[in-house]
Formats: sequence, C-alpha cells, structure tokens
Amino acid sequence: MRILEGQGVTKYFGGLAAISNVDFHVDQGEILGLIGPNGAGKTTLFNLISAALPASSGGMRFKGQKISGLKPHRICQMGIARTFQETKVFGNMPVIQNVLVGAFFGKPTHISGAAAANEATQALEFVGLSATSAAPIKDLTLAQQKRVEVARALATKPELLLLDELMAGLTPTEVGEAMELVTRIRDKGITIIMVEHVMKAIMGISTRVMVLHHGEKIAEGTCNEISCNKTVIDIYLGEETHAAS
Amino acid sequence: MNITRLFTTHRKLLLMGFLILLIAFVLTFPLYGGARTRVLITMLVYAILAMSWAMFSGTTGYMSLAPAAFFGTGIYTTYLLQNHLPLPIIIVAAGLISFVLAVLLGLVTLRLKGIYFTIFTFGLVVFIPNVVTYVEGEVTQHHGWYFNVLDRTIILYTMLGLAVVTVLAIYLIRRSRLGLAMQSIGGNEEAAEHMGIDTTRTKVLTFAISAIFMGAAGAVLAPSLSYSNPTIAYSAFYSFVPIVAAVFGGMGSLQGPIVGGLLFGFLEKTLKVEWNTYFMLGFGIIIVLVILFLPTGMVGLVPILRDKLGGAISKWRKGREGEQHANT
Ligand SMILES: Nc1ncnc2c1ncn2[C@@H]1O[C@H](COP(=O)(O)OP(=O)(O)O)[C@@H](O)[C@H]1O
Ligand SMILES: [Mg+2]
Repeated sequence: MRILEGQGVTKYFGGLAAISNVDFHVDQGEILGLIGPNGAGKTTLFNLISAALPASSGGMRFKGQKISGLKPHRICQMGIARTFQETKVFGNMPVIQNVLVGAFFGKPTHISGAAAANEATQALEFVGLSATSAAPIKDLTLAQQKRVEVARALATKPELLLLDELMAGLTPTEVGEAMELVTRIRDKGITIIMVEHVMKAIMGISTRVMVLHHGEKIAEGTCNEISCNKTVIDIYLGEETHAAS
Repeated sequence: MNITRLFTTHRKLLLMGFLILLIAFVLTFPLYGGARTRVLITMLVYAILAMSWAMFSGTTGYMSLAPAAFFGTGIYTTYLLQNHLPLPIIIVAAGLISFVLAVLLGLVTLRLKGIYFTIFTFGLVVFIPNVVTYVEGEVTQHHGWYFNVLDRTIILYTMLGLAVVTVLAIYLIRRSRLGLAMQSIGGNEEAAEHMGIDTTRTKVLTFAISAIFMGAAGAVLAPSLSYSNPTIAYSAFYSFVPIVAAVFGGMGSLQGPIVGGLLFGFLEKTLKVEWNTYFMLGFGIIIVLVILFLPTGMVGLVPILRDKLGGAISKWRKGREGEQHANT
C-alpha cells in the first residue's frame, strides 16, 4: 500500500526550480533512501511534505487523503513527523521536556499529563538517552541532539518519519548505531524516508532508493538497480568518490 | 543546618511567609501615611504590567511594545463607562475589550517575526491614541477625560486584588499545556510547528491573555488620575516600563518581573521627584550592569547571595568548632 504519494510536485525559489515536477511514492513499512548531491532538493522535498513550505504546484496524498495546503501542525497530527538537517531543538528546555512537547501536541486527540510523560520517557529510552533525561539539551553532543529529535518525533506517534541527514558528521561506530536505530524504528511499523550521504547506510538498510538531481527525479529502484544505473554513478557516486579522493 | 539547606527544604514555607508579610504590609500601609498610597499603587501597576509582558514576550521571545495600547484602552474604558457601571464590571469590561483588541492586533502582527513584530506593536501605540483623539473630536467634541474621584485606599486594594489574580493566572498558565506550547515557541518556533503546535493560535491567545491584565490595570488606575487624555493614557512610557522592569528583575521566572516592577515603581516615585536626571541615569547604569552580569535579572542574585552567605556561615561555624576543639 502506498502511504504517501506525490504528483507533479514542484517548488520554485524565484527562478530556481528546487523541486521540478517530481512524481514519487512511499510504500507502507519501507525505508526509502533519498539521495542526491548537495542542493539537489532533498531537504526542500521534506519541507514540502511537512508543509514547512507551500508547493508551487502539484499535489500529495497521505493514506489517500489530500494534504496539500495543510499547516505543519496538522501534518504532524495526521502522522507525519520529521527531524531537521540543522538540528532545531528547544534550547530553553531539558532533554525530556523536548520529547514531552512531541508527546503532548503531536496527536490529534487530547492526552493527559501522566500519559504524555510516560510516552516521552519511553521514546527517550528507545533512542538510548534515558541517562541524559534531566540535562539541559545544549549540554548534549550534536549526535545526541539528533537522537533527541528522533525521540521527539517518535513521541508524536507517527506513521511516516522523515529523517534528514541523521548520520551526517557521525563516526563509523555512531553510523552503525544510527543504522540500528533506524531499523528498529521500521520494525515498530513506522515507514521512513531517509536523506543520507553515507552510502554505506543507504545501501545497508534502505528498501528502495530515489535519486534527485537539480530538483528532478533521475532514478528510483532497489539498491542493486540503482547502483547499476550509470547516470546515478556518474552524477552521485562518482562525485562521492572524487570528493573522497 | 546551614542556610542553603534551610532555603531548599523550606522554600514553600519561606515564600508563603514572605507573601503574607508583603500583603500585611500593603494592607496596613494607609496607616503609615496617605501620600504613600500613590507610590504603592504605581508599584503594583508596574508589577502587573511587567508580569503580563513577561508571560508573553519573555516566554515566546516576541518582544512586544504594545502594553501601552492595552493599558491606555483600560483607562479609556473607565472614562467611557464610569457613569454607567460599577467599577468591578468596568474592570472586567476593560479586560475583555483589551483581549478582543489584542486578538485583532495579534492576527495582524504575529505573522511578523523579530524586529518587525516589535516595530509594528510600537506603531500601534502611536496609532491607537490618534484614532481615539480623532473619534473624540468628531463624536463627542470633548477634550480631555475627567474621572469621578474614588478613595485611593479602595483603588490600592483593588489593584492588590488584581495583582494577586494576575500572579495566580500566570502561575497556572506557566504550568499548563499552553505554557509548554509558548515555551517551545520561544525555544524554536519552526520545530514547535512540526511537533503539532498551532503556533499562530498559541501566540494570539497568550498575547491576548496578557493584554487582559494590562487593560484591567489601566481601568483600576484611572479613578486615581484626576485628569487624562489619549496622549497621556497611551504614553509609550507604559510600553517601556514592563520591559525595563522585567529585564531588571529577570524575565525567566515568575517572581523576577514582580520584583522588578515593584522596585522600579518604588524608585521612580520616590527618587525621581527629587533627582529626575540622576535617577534615570543611575537606573540606566544599573540596568546595563544587570544585563551584563546577571543574565537572569535581579532574582539571579538570590542563589548567589544564598551560596555566599551559606558558605560564610558554615566557615564561621567550622572556625568556632575548631576553637572549641582547641579549648578542650
Ligand atoms: N528557503 C529557501 N529559499 C531559497 N532557496 C532555497 C531555500 N531552500 C532551499 N533553497 C535552494 O534550493 C536548492 C535545494 O536545496 P536543498 O533542498 O536544501 O538541497 P539538499 O537538501 O538536497 O542539499 C538549493 O539551491 C538551495 O539553495
Ligand atoms: Mg539538505
């Protein structure tokens, strides 16, 4: 079943088409890897799905329901949660309260204080940060703050989770842990779209991959199919190799 | 038992005692001399303005310069209704009118971010009294507002009651879902939106709630003014008072703006009369020092003093114990 579907999705910034007439879909229960060089439009696509920005044209459906034109808080309450490439935590609160915000407001129905606190504690435990619960969030490392963002998103009880470069800047060990975390989230039954530059992670855990370049979808398929696609290797993997060498 | 421990274990008790003392002091104040009533009223007005300003601006980070718009509207409400309704109803009416006005203004201004919001709210403080003057000129052809005299003591007690209501309301809001929503907007508005918070609704609602108390304060104060007019009632001064008082006292906490407002009101009324320029200069210097060295305001001094005092006392006790040991 398709949990999310987009048709002709387009976003202009002035004259620049950051996302250009993209058709895409996400299947229920999969991990969709979203890749492409810097400036390809990956974050912009997340911003369109989560309604941070209005699309210039095109439409999207979540579980068959039109979501174009809704406000971000409604999108969240419908069951789409996200993290941010540049972390956006509530710097004026301790760690647990950051997660509590998600638990309190992320669902369409009212929730009691005790239930919200319970859910926040569980979400924080799920990402392995129980020990830092009472610490001011600013005292955490960047990798930890990204995990708090994941916990906060999970506390909203999403069905679809958008992860924007969760693994950027992590050490190889941390990347392994993050991959394990993403797999565990999927195993909870949550569908994931994951933007990553770490090819090991993309190849390792995504069910399917979609490649963006200059705002256009240039390839889509399983990891094996994509690796064999010459355009992708030239544009993306090729660039990676150059950058690495 | 040292001082630090005493403070942490008996905090609630100490706070209660302090509040009771304060209330007893205010209640008996007229006995000490009638002229002082005016000072106390001003102190309470500034505390109410500072608290309600900090509730919205201190928490969300949206720096509002609108307080004078609501405060002035409260004064104007009393002027319009004083011959038709009893004071308690006028106060409620002033609160409601300010609330509605704030909702309308909020819907327009709260789309703006940062400095643009601040400037726009200040524009309102200039714009609204001009509208009032225009309407008065066209409709009533009266110039200036005169108020029915009311015993100052009654005004003082009413203002005290309003201050208590304001403290309670803000205390409850800070602990509620709405308080958490406001705080997350202050932390990161974009993230708050994506966590399911209707940020526009939250901002407009809390902006309007804070306006209730500002408008009500104006309505209570009005009968103590023998004369007013749109320029005086909507004076921009009332927009700056709460900011200065809240920053001075510390706007992160509930008690900071109260302390700041009371202190600013007291200093202004007692010192300014004699040493106007020196007062403003001195106060300016103190504010700058507070901002530089006490980021949490004057209330930030309490834990510092407590630790210093606690440390000094335990040192002194150790010294004495040492002496006693030496003697035996
Ligand atoms: N809010 C914005 N305003 C103007 N241009 C933007 C904005 N967001 C992104 N862009 C531009 O859109 C293009 C795609 O950016 P982005 O989606 O962040 O790429 P990616 O996440 O794939 O690196 C870039 O050229 C970027 O400069
Ligand atoms: Mg990006």
